[in-house]
Amino acid sequence: MSALPTRRDEAWRYSDLASVARVWPVASPELILVAAGTRVTRLLVQDAASDAVAVHDFAVTVEAGASLDFRIVNSGGSYGRVALDVALHEGAVFDLGGIIIGGNTQNLEIVTTVRHLGPAAVSRQVVRCVVGGSAVGTYLGKVAVAREGQKTDAAQSFKALLLERGATANAKPELEIFADDVKCAHGATVGELDRNALFYLESRGVPPVQARALLMRAFLSDALEGMDEGEREAVEVLVTDILAGAL
Amino acid sequence: MLKIDNLHAEIDGKEILKGLTLNVGAGEVHAIMGPNGAGKSTLSYVLAGRTGYEVTAGSVTFDGQDLLALAPHERAAAGVFLGLQYPVEIPGVSNLMFLRTALNAQRVQRSEKEASGAEFMKLVKAAAGELGLPYEMLKRSVNQGFSGGEKKRNEMVQMAVLEPKLAVLDETDSGLDIDALRVVSDGINRMRSPDRATLLITHYQRLLDYVVPDFVHVLVDGRIVRTGGAELAHVLERDGYVSIAA
Repeated sequence: MSALPTRRDEAWRYSDLASVARVWPVASPELILVAAGTRVTRLLVQDAASDAVAVHDFAVTVEAGASLDFRIVNSGGSYGRVALDVALHEGAVFDLGGIIIGGNTQNLEIVTTVRHLGPAAVSRQVVRCVVGGSAVGTYLGKVAVAREGQKTDAAQSFKALLLERGATANAKPELEIFADDVKCAHGATVGELDRNALFYLESRGVPPVQARALLMRAFLSDALEGMDEGEREAVEVLVTDILAGAL
Repeated sequence: MLKIDNLHAEIDGKEILKGLTLNVGAGEVHAIMGPNGAGKSTLSYVLAGRTGYEVTAGSVTFDGQDLLALAPHERAAAGVFLGLQYPVEIPGVSNLMFLRTALNAQRVQRSEKEASGAEFMKLVKAAAGELGLPYEMLKRSVNQGFSGGEKKRNEMVQMAVLEPKLAVLDETDSGLDIDALRVVSDGINRMRSPDRATLLITHYQRLLDYVVPDFVHVLVDGRIVRTGGAELAHVLERDGYVSIAA
């Protein structure tokens, strides 16, 4: 990957290419190997300084019967990209929980390619995005099931909240299936904060800023389901701080 | 406690309240009855300060202060509680989190000490017990998966914990079976005290068999057209609104 990507490259379609050019060529992907039968958890917090450009690439292999739980909080930099290429072998499990929080003119993306190479692998990807100002939040999620990937169970869910009219969310699910006995589900929604819920909170005495933060945190918390209790609390505190600062 | 004087309010340019005047004193329970579209819910939303309800004339004072100048959360902290006709579901926020956030937000605004976890639990458990709402349900997301009756009980749990000075209850009786109606009525009656007031907004007289009001007002086309004692509710039930309004 040496040539600078262009708008025509699907995986860079919504990227801030001027920012990408500033840091090109990016470092080669970090390799993660989850050995057969083991379980690995990983948390990536992308909280680069506001004028920084952050590009994180991962090339992941989850071997037979192994599992990887990967959580992302993508909120820093003028441009922030987290991309994962994940190969799943027989019976492997991959959980992705992604959170995007952007304001001002930030462009933040999560890009995943999940390859179900062996049979009976499971992938569950949940990405939640809150963007305000004229920020852009993007989730590109590709699931590729090889001929050998029978009994694949792949699910993908993306939801975005737009806080202001100028904000944008992009979602592009992509399925490429060569096996015939698979379950692949995906869904994407883009909406606004529920006015009725906001009024309900305010009518009970919660100031608007606090009410909005509470609703945003609840919305984002879908992406933290299934985490270990202690770690989840730590990420929730982090998310609360980011929401208080960014939006 | 609450003085509403010549209140005019509109939604999307359409006038709904057309000169409503009402005084509610401390310790009193007032019922507002009226046909569909008379402005009953509009009155409750105007009192709570919901966006989109524009007051074009008149005034509302609450304990001597201009209620209309306050934001919704400030009205709550001042002691106004709105029991919603259709309580909202909030996925991902537990009832306990919702209520504790609300209670402490009010206390902070009143410069009072925030409730500790233990104090809060005690308040909620007592209220939930009295209103027959299993405590376990309060760990779930706000009103999610609650039946109509459970939602109304939940409103009453919130009211009991928040201890407002003025409760405005918008059709709190709608959707309740007779047992739930009794429980909810008991909840309202328990809150009656010389320094609190209640405004019951209802279609039907049956709630007023359980919560006997000091005054009954008939609201028709944005104005109060008749005021009487508890017996007026029975007259309405017998004769309907049309004869009263004529």
